[in-house]
Amino acid sequence: MTASTTAPATFELTDVVAGPAGAPILKGISLAVPCTGILAVAGPSGAGKSTLLRLLNRLDDPLSGTITWNGRDLTSIDPRALRRQVAMIFQKAPIFTGTVFDNFTVADPAVTRERARHVLDHVGMPTDLLDRDADRLSGGEAQRMCIARALLTEPAVLLADEPTAALDTASRRTVEDLGRLVADSGVPIVWITHDTVQLRRLADHAVVLVDGEVAAFGHLAELDEHSSAQVRELVGAAP
Amino acid sequence: MNRADISLLGLAASSILIAVAVAISLWRRLELERELIWSALRALVQLLIVGFALQLVVDDDDPLIFTFIWLVVMHVFAAYTTWRRAQDVPAVFGLSLLAYSASAVATLGVLFGFQVYEVEGRTIVPLAGIVVGNSLSATVLVSRRLFDAATERREEIEGRLALGLSANDAFQPVLRESLRTALVPQIETTKAVGIIALPGAMVGLILAGTDPVDAVRVQISVMYLVLGSVATTTAVMSLGISRKLFTSADQLIRR
Repeated sequence: MTASTTAPATFELTDVVAGPAGAPILKGISLAVPCTGILAVAGPSGAGKSTLLRLLNRLDDPLSGTITWNGRDLTSIDPRALRRQVAMIFQKAPIFTGTVFDNFTVADPAVTRERARHVLDHVGMPTDLLDRDADRLSGGEAQRMCIARALLTEPAVLLADEPTAALDTASRRTVEDLGRLVADSGVPIVWITHDTVQLRRLADHAVVLVDGEVAAFGHLAELDEHSSAQVRELVGAAP
Repeated sequence: MNRADISLLGLAASSILIAVAVAISLWRRLELERELIWSALRALVQLLIVGFALQLVVDDDDPLIFTFIWLVVMHVFAAYTTWRRAQDVPAVFGLSLLAYSASAVATLGVLFGFQVYEVEGRTIVPLAGIVVGNSLSATVLVSRRLFDAATERREEIEGRLALGLSANDAFQPVLRESLRTALVPQIETTKAVGIIALPGAMVGLILAGTDPVDAVRVQISVMYLVLGSVATTTAVMSLGISRKLFTSADQLIRR
């Protein structure tokens, strides 16, 4: 599968097998991640969506195959430097002990309060939350704080592993809007979602994984016309 | 007569207390009589064997090689016990052997280096025993906690890794909490000593006829030894386990 129908690639995966040895979840996928906009990753549970995302900032390594980022093999890049460039947010926002500002200092020990306030404002949170205990934030606020924290490293790509799955509808829309803002500011996002309505709101491109393989990849308009009924269903195409 | 001399008759008399415990068990139908008698007999035999064995190392003219062999056996057995209690922790036998040995070198090095005690079997063996004996449960505790935390707090640890932190930095808060949990009880015990309970070494010395103030001096050095050894053993152990939990690419290994 090539990215001929989309923008130039940032990540390129070739014959990637990943997951537990002996029972791999990804079964030899090849994919080029576009370098702009939001790439939605859709697919049934267990299809390998999270497995794929974790490979991109090397929280895990593939069993075989190669992954490059901007033409460089991922394994040739220092993992810590890579992760500061390829930020990741999770379904359950990991909150660290202390205030919101304390959480920011984990990402950037030299962060000033002024910059911290600016980032907080950027993600649509009141700046007076800076000194609030992070574990007293609501689910939506915690996720936005995590996005703000990730943005402090000034990443080139953002990976989002179902960031709204645990949120209520209002918070979900706020985080989506924030995702769109981030993508439009030039940071492409790879966004896993189970929610076809969300996928249709957000996706500039989509990749559909089924049973550890790429079932479809392209613009939504293309996927809406896909020959597979399962693919059309997974991207929420009108029947 | 040395005041610690207890005749066989005296020993038999003290066993009356076991009979009392057995009687209580029968009276209240606890069904612990066999356990009580077995544990009393087992303690007697084990300590007699240890007593005879200690005679090989504590006399002034015994060569130090016996002491060294004793230490090696003691440390290997402690590592084996740690492994039995925390079998799923990776490399726990080797790591705990290293931790106990490092702690013994560091803490006994201070005591003997500053000539607090003379270098002889009579001092080395019991002091090394105190180091290992008191460090064992803390070492098992810290090993289990770190290993379990790597699973239970996976999201938090990977949240830090994802921000570009090294494995060491990402694991630091977990490590800190686990070490505190292992050390705090020892600190509390040290604070309460003399008020709530009289420590064993001091009681033993007083029973053997030593002046209480002299006994206190020995006890204090022993308590400092215990604190130092628990701290060094758990520190070495936790650093070793941390390394086993992550790959060289700062990835938390899934188990």
